[in-house]
Order: sequence, then structure tokens, then C-alpha cells
Amino acid sequence: MEKTRVVEKTKQAAPKNLDPNKQVFPEGQPQILKSYFVPGLPHILLCPEKKPEWTKVNQAFGKIREELKELKPDILLIYSTYWPSVVSHQIQARPLIKWTLVDEEWHDLGSVPYEIKIDSDFSHAYKDSAEKRGLEVRTVDYDGFPVDTGSVVLQKLVNPDNQFLSSIVSSHVYADRAETVVLGKAARDALVQTQKTAAVFVVSSFSNRYLPNWPEEYKEEKFSSLKDEEWNQKFIELLSEGRLEDVSQLSRSFHSQARVSKKVVNFKPFWWLSSVMGSTNQFKGEILEYQPVHGTGAAVIGLTPSAQTQGDLEFDEEDIEVYQGNRNILAEDPS
Amino acid sequence: MGQIVAGVLAPHPPHLVYAENPPQNEPRSECGWEVLRWGYESLRESLSQIDYDVLVVQSPHWRTYVGTHFLGVPELKSKSVDPIFPNLFRYNYDLKVEVPLAEQICSRAAELGLVTKMMRNPDFRVDYGTIVSTHMLQPGWEKPIVGISSIGAASYYGMDVMQELMQKLGQATKEVIEASDLKVVLVASHSLSHRHFVKEAEVPEDMSREHIEHHGQYLWDMKMIELMKAGDSKALFDIIPDFTEQTVGETESGGLSWMLSAMDFPTVPAKVHAYGTVIGTGNAIVEWRPKEWRPSKLRPQTSVPSKHEDVSGSKA
Ligand SMILES: [Fe+2]
Repeated sequence: MEKTRVVEKTKQAAPKNLDPNKQVFPEGQPQILKSYFVPGLPHILLCPEKKPEWTKVNQAFGKIREELKELKPDILLIYSTYWPSVVSHQIQARPLIKWTLVDEEWHDLGSVPYEIKIDSDFSHAYKDSAEKRGLEVRTVDYDGFPVDTGSVVLQKLVNPDNQFLSSIVSSHVYADRAETVVLGKAARDALVQTQKTAAVFVVSSFSNRYLPNWPEEYKEEKFSSLKDEEWNQKFIELLSEGRLEDVSQLSRSFHSQARVSKKVVNFKPFWWLSSVMGSTNQFKGEILEYQPVHGTGAAVIGLTPSAQTQGDLEFDEEDIEVYQGNRNILAEDPS
Repeated sequence: MGQIVAGVLAPHPPHLVYAENPPQNEPRSECGWEVLRWGYESLRESLSQIDYDVLVVQSPHWRTYVGTHFLGVPELKSKSVDPIFPNLFRYNYDLKVEVPLAEQICSRAAELGLVTKMMRNPDFRVDYGTIVSTHMLQPGWEKPIVGISSIGAASYYGMDVMQELMQKLGQATKEVIEASDLKVVLVASHSLSHRHFVKEAEVPEDMSREHIEHHGQYLWDMKMIELMKAGDSKALFDIIPDFTEQTVGETESGGLSWMLSAMDFPTVPAKVHAYGTVIGTGNAIVEWRPKEWRPSKLRPQTSVPSKHEDVSGSKA
């Protein structure tokens, strides 16, 4: 029989099909209690009362805040698409970050003074494990480093008193699937090595096209296009069934169909999230909210590890263990 | 009557400020990117020959998607930390904004059909692109600036849409400046070709590691510079979408397009003060003078000929 480790404090979060009194983590597996996919626009934090859609999204964050009190993870592990990096992956490692955020686009919504406590030891462990898997990674520990809007919005809404330490990783603009999947696996390595329990977060919109004018100029919030909305719905449906890896495998299609496609090479948050979560469809999916925020798809989704699975996986793309650089498309000169 | 007295292409790699070791920046360097820094020295010397009141700076690193935004707070003071190179750039700035001029360009651009917005939040942190270019042009920060965001229309729609928007923004900038009593230098803050290395040398200023990322993009940079030196601004403007596509050019931010439009497509050959690479990107420091510019009009007290007669058109 497989050796197991029991984490008593996760009783409340145990999915129904596991022993309801304890969540069981096989030896050598990361202790991930739950994962969430959340949006990060400041509207949700600074003025949720202005549109009913924003209010609902704000309230969904409240549900996560309550769940975290029950889950009591050691860390919040966060991947934010609002934090682009271009020279290596970056991981926040400053133990206490203090600053006042003003969003470069939504500055008129107000200023957000914030304090975020980081699990610096975990961040360094994450860097080390990522480097072992061939990635170029840096930790950042600088006074005044601009923490991205998405991470600040998340912290203020679910962890306002810093009850939990966090570790935040950037979204590398040029990274494609191989690199991002390996980055997810490195997070698993670090969790196993540090023996920390985690709630895992991705901060990202679904479709990310804005409405072209200011919120005060339109009466009703709506999605930027019907096509964006249809793609969002497809992902919502799959995730409500817990099919995280299936969604991950559809990332390229989603990027070309529902994202501003030239901003980054691809839509990668589900590559990272599914990889961190073990590249399976074995989850209980909960759609806590799904609304437009300034035209974008703002979905608040919870995924709890579960023994149930939604059928066999069909992998269109290979699994990768170690990043070995981009392949050269042009053949080498044989001479 | 107000006038655009010069336009400059002033790239903003934070490496240049880092290598200068100014008191405002926390990290210290040994050396680095001298050719570009000497190019800025030469540009500063050139600008010191003309009177101007304001720098109007458009920066790719103030990226907005809903409209073009303008700094609208008279004084802004904070620390700018480059999110990509925090090891090189942690800069304490204290700058003044020429708010009335910004407001007028903002309103005129809106009249011409652009979506625009004034930024009024005093806690706002000015982006490092604006700060690096402005620092390299005036390390003492003597003149106020107007700060303009770069709308992300190139990634949302494409470079052709961006070109049209920048033409309009240029028109608004020109009309407002000419109706004012200010002498203005326009600053397009960006590199040319923009493919770069994704690994940094252990010693960032190790110049044995510095070179163009790819020969193809060097050729494109040289094509652009050739057109600048030929004074063929219209051809330069027209080639920007292709250039951007082929070199992932930072011209996607629209700075150069806006500046050429605001200067009504100068036909005077531009003065290239320097060209060099920073982590593999192509950077040119270039100065344009307007068609009608005459040194004597602006500095009647001096008998010293301009060092830039070749760009001023005063020989004609
Ligand atoms: Fe830049």
C-alpha cells in the first residue's frame, strides 16, 4: 500500500469522494489543498458598487476568503498574468512588500496602499527547483518593486491581513508551453521539498479585450464580443466539470480566438495551473462567478482535487520534464 | 508663437542610466554602453544650443489600452523600479509636469476623434521609459515635461491603426504647441529593433556580451537610419509597420510615428548621434530639426554657428 501523509487541518476542504475527515497526500506529492482562477482588474476592489457585475465578482472573492480560513494553507502560490517578465521568470522574494499601487490604466479609480508578506524561503526553493529543471529564474527583493495590479487585487480581497504568506511568480512574455509546464512542475518540486501546504492561484482574465470607452460612458457592462463570450463559456463548461488539463490543452485555440493575441506569445495560465495541479482532469470544479468587467471575461473558479475523473485524457501535446531551450526551426549547416 | 524646435528619438534602456551612476539611481556600475551614452552627451550638447521650455515625452512603458493618457499632476515624486531590470534601475525622481500644455493636447486630440484621458492621481508612478529618456536628455531635470502614454492599438488591432492614431495625435500636438507660446522638444522614447536576449550576463555591464541579437534586425535598423539621414520622413513613416513586424520593433509604441507627424514630416536630414545595442536590441539616438528652423531666430544673441547646421536646414 502506498505510504501516505495526513494533513489534519484540511478537514473542511476535503472533497466528498475522499475521506471527509482528512485530505490524503501520497508520499512525494505536493500538498495542494485547492486552486483558484480569478480576475485581477482593480474595479473589483476599488469600486465594486459601480456595476452589479463588479459587485458579484467582488462577492465571489469573499467566498474564497472564507474558504481560506478553513483551508489554512501555509502559502498562497500565485501566478499572475498581470506581471509580465521578459528576461527570465521572476519570483517575488521580499519578506514584506509595502507600497501604494496606482494602476497605469485605471489610475482614476484610486490608490491602493498594500502590504504583502512573502514566504521568501519558499520563493527561493521555487527558484532552485526551476533552475534544476533548466529554466532561467530570478528572485526579486527590492524596495519599491512594482507588484502588479492583479496580485495586489487578489491579496487585498482574499488575504487582507496577511494571514497567509504568499509567493508570486511572473508570467514570462516569451515563454511558450514547454517552459510554462516545466515552471508548474518546479512549483510541485518546491512544495514537496518544503513540505508546505498551498492554495494555488492564477490571476488572469479569460477573454481580455476591453470595451473601448470609459465605464461612466456606458450604461451596462457587457462582454467585448459575442465570440469572446462563447469561448469563455466553453472554458467555463469544461472547468465546471473539473477538466483542467483539457482546458490547458485548448490554450492555443483560446489565445487565437479570445485574447489580444500579439501581447504575449500565448495564453499560458492554464498550462501553469494544470501542471502545478498534476496535469489531470481530476477536480471538482465550482464556478463561483462569471461576469464581464470592462468587457473582459472575469471568472472566479475553484478547483478541488478529487478522485473522480472526466474520462481518459487525450493529450495533443507532449509532457515535458526539463526545459531544454527553444528548438531551432532552421536546420544546422551540416558541413 | 510656439514651436517644435526639435524632435528626438531617445531610447530608454535603464542600462544607460545605470552605467552613468547618477545620484538618483541606487545600483552602481563599473562602465557600459559608452557609445550610446556618448551619443546622449552629444545630443545634450546639441540641445543646449537651442532654447526650449518643455520636453513632451511619449513612452511605451506607460501602456494604456483605453485611450491615450496624459500626466496631469504638476509635480510627481517617487521611486521608479524597473520591473524587468530592478537590479539596474531603482531611481528616485522628482519631476515637474507642464499640465496646461498636456490638457490642451489631450482636449485637441479628443476633438480629432481620439479617446483621451488626463491622469490626476498624485500617487501615480511615472514609468521608467519616460524617466530614463528624460534623465539622459537632462540629468538635472531643469525643464518640465508632458508625459504621454502609448496606446496598445498595435497589439489590439495592428500597426496600420496605430499609424493613423499617431498621425492624429501628432496633428493635435503640433496645433496646440503652435498656438502656445512654448518652445518644445518632442521625445519619442524607444529603441528600434527589439529582439533581445532572455539571459543577462553575470556582470550586466560586461561589454564582451553585447551585440545585436540578430543580423537581420541590424539590417532593418540600418535601413531606418538611412531614411532618417536622407531626410525622407514620409518613407520612414510608411516603412514603420513593416519594420515593426520584422524586428519586433519598439516602434509599435507609436513614438516615432507621432513625432514625425507632429513635425509635419521633416525633410531636413536627421542627425544620428549614436547607434548601439543593449541586451541585443538596436538603439539609435537621433535628432530632427523642423523644416523652418533657423538658429538665428531662436538664439539671436549667439554668433557661434550651430553644431548641427547639417540638421537645421540653415545652409539652405
Ligand atoms: Fe522599452
